[in-house]
Amino acid sequence: MTLSQFVWTIVKILIMAGFVLNLAAILTWADRRQSSMIQDRIGPNRAVIKVFGKEFRLAGLLHPAADGLKFFTKEDFMPPKADKLLFMLAPIIAMGMVFTLVTTVPFGDTVCMHEFLPRFPNIFVGPAVPRWGSCSADVKSGYFPIDLMVAPLGVGILFVFAMSGQGIIGAAIAGWSSDNKFSLMGALRAASQMVSYEVTLGMSLIGAMMIYGTVRLDDMVRWQSDHAWGIFVQPLAFFLFFTAAVAENKRIPFDLPEAESELVSGYFTEYAGMKFGMFYFAEYAEVVTGSMLLVTMFLGGWALPFFHRDGLTIAFGGVTLVHLLIPHFWMTLLGVLTFFGKVIVICWVQVFVRWTLPRFRYDQLMKLGWRVLLPASLANILVTGVVWLVLDEAGPEVADALRLVADLTQALVVVVLSYLVFKLLRGWFAPFKHERTLLGSSAEQAGKLGGTKSTAMQA
Amino acid sequence: MATPTFPKKTAPLNAVPVTYTAPKFEVQSYLPEIFRGVGLSMKHFFDNTREMVQGKRPDPVLDRYEAGITTISYPEQKRPYPERFRGVHRLTTRQDGSMRCVACLCCSTACPAQCIFIEAGEYPPGDKRRGYERFPVRFVIDELRCIFCGYCVEACPCDAIRMDTGHHAVPYDSRDQFIYDRDLLLSFEGAKGTFETQNPRHEPGEASHPGVTREHGHS
Repeated sequence: MTLSQFVWTIVKILIMAGFVLNLAAILTWADRRQSSMIQDRIGPNRAVIKVFGKEFRLAGLLHPAADGLKFFTKEDFMPPKADKLLFMLAPIIAMGMVFTLVTTVPFGDTVCMHEFLPRFPNIFVGPAVPRWGSCSADVKSGYFPIDLMVAPLGVGILFVFAMSGQGIIGAAIAGWSSDNKFSLMGALRAASQMVSYEVTLGMSLIGAMMIYGTVRLDDMVRWQSDHAWGIFVQPLAFFLFFTAAVAENKRIPFDLPEAESELVSGYFTEYAGMKFGMFYFAEYAEVVTGSMLLVTMFLGGWALPFFHRDGLTIAFGGVTLVHLLIPHFWMTLLGVLTFFGKVIVICWVQVFVRWTLPRFRYDQLMKLGWRVLLPASLANILVTGVVWLVLDEAGPEVADALRLVADLTQALVVVVLSYLVFKLLRGWFAPFKHERTLLGSSAEQAGKLGGTKSTAMQA
Repeated sequence: MATPTFPKKTAPLNAVPVTYTAPKFEVQSYLPEIFRGVGLSMKHFFDNTREMVQGKRPDPVLDRYEAGITTISYPEQKRPYPERFRGVHRLTTRQDGSMRCVACLCCSTACPAQCIFIEAGEYPPGDKRRGYERFPVRFVIDELRCIFCGYCVEACPCDAIRMDTGHHAVPYDSRDQFIYDRDLLLSFEGAKGTFETQNPRHEPGEASHPGVTREHGHS
């Protein structure tokens, strides 16, 4: 490894870790503020920072920072009979594994340095790179393709499963080592739940792997960019994976390991200070990584419909309508922003799921996992295999038809996204309709006084 | 599989009978109901966020039957209290600024919580009120004991104690801060912003004074 490659790896680690950490922190804010908007409340907005005598509340965004300060300054309590080594190790494992598994997630298409370095100042207008074909490598002079993933491993998704499986150990030894019955029960629940749902998590992706023909996550995204997004070729697997991923995150409606009303706080009942903060943070980081995997496997990763490596190509079947070449720099930037934007949207949807659905009972959880999701994922593998074999043998006419259908799904994504944006804008500028109803002497008197008396405030 | 039947219940006379239905397939199959639920959450989220960001949220008092955020940011925003809200007590004053209280002990006698303590004193010799009225040397209300029943206001013959300040009981750090003495009670304004009351006071010596005076004895 040359120095240049080493530096680029460090940069990629900083981008990925920085994104996961910051989005996890913002998710704690989103969880609070979004839930308040769902539940017709105002929500926490009291954390304040004073700059030159002016108070800034930033819509409650300072609460995660205040949380962090509080975690660091609290007493680091440890139960007297706790297993000291394992007690300290558990939050490290829980958090470390989450950050390890994002190393194989690609956040952009391969960057060809030979496009950039030789004509450095004019990178914004240069010619586009070819759609298919690899970059030329010249390691000696520092020109080499950069895979926009921290560790370009050949095993790809298998590494992700191996690492996400280790997260169970963190929860299990946290509960076992804290010398508390609630913690132990929470750990048992966590272990059995995560083991159960990991089976579905893996099985639901086998159909997708068969179609993509690879276990490398960046090759999966390239297949989706060239054909159709995974949600169209594996719709059932999308829901199975999404459900199993929420269960793996131990979030509502699958938050039985830390069910507040039953187990105090589950396996991290005895944790305080920053050790608790690490578990808390790992949960939100898991949401981010789960969303990243979902986006990569089923929602086209860095790909936008009709945008390829060389630019915009709108083609249906063999008919090319628009072919526009775009410089490599802009396509790279667009890809990275698309991936992170998609991840943010999926995290945002997961917050809705959390604040909408009630918690399962434990036997319902196990029944759902073993009797519904697992058979469904196995059936998905069987059906996918049969259909794939039939279509593969069917001849060139069917292949052309499939090609057209795949292009139509790309168009469908464009139509749906445009419709959603249109609806959002129309809703934003719609007039407000408030009807004033004053019933009773008290309400009439309040109306005379002008309603709520308010002074200047923010957020 | 036979459709499950539920036991028929005999409803009491004043109750509305509940019709039980077997769970439908679209409810049992999770996904449609989950989409409906998440959709409802999203509707609330978008509506409330739009109102919040554009500053058009319905007034939680005047538009209280509207959908939208119904809570208030308390110290910055306040709901108006009703006109006859019984708040923290105040001692009213006469036109010349002296206190109206004559230390008759009616309020402390009427008080069911026994939270009023009055030590009466005579006006100094030469004062024209000496011999007609007394005044409270100490007038203490324990606001922690007070149950805000308003009996003291009803009992007062001189309209000297009122509960129209519009302040609710204030939180403090220690109990002795809840002991309100005479000068503090005199310093509160009423809801109309004055220290006096609407009822005129008829001083001894004035023609409108209804009682006995030194100049006008019993006729």
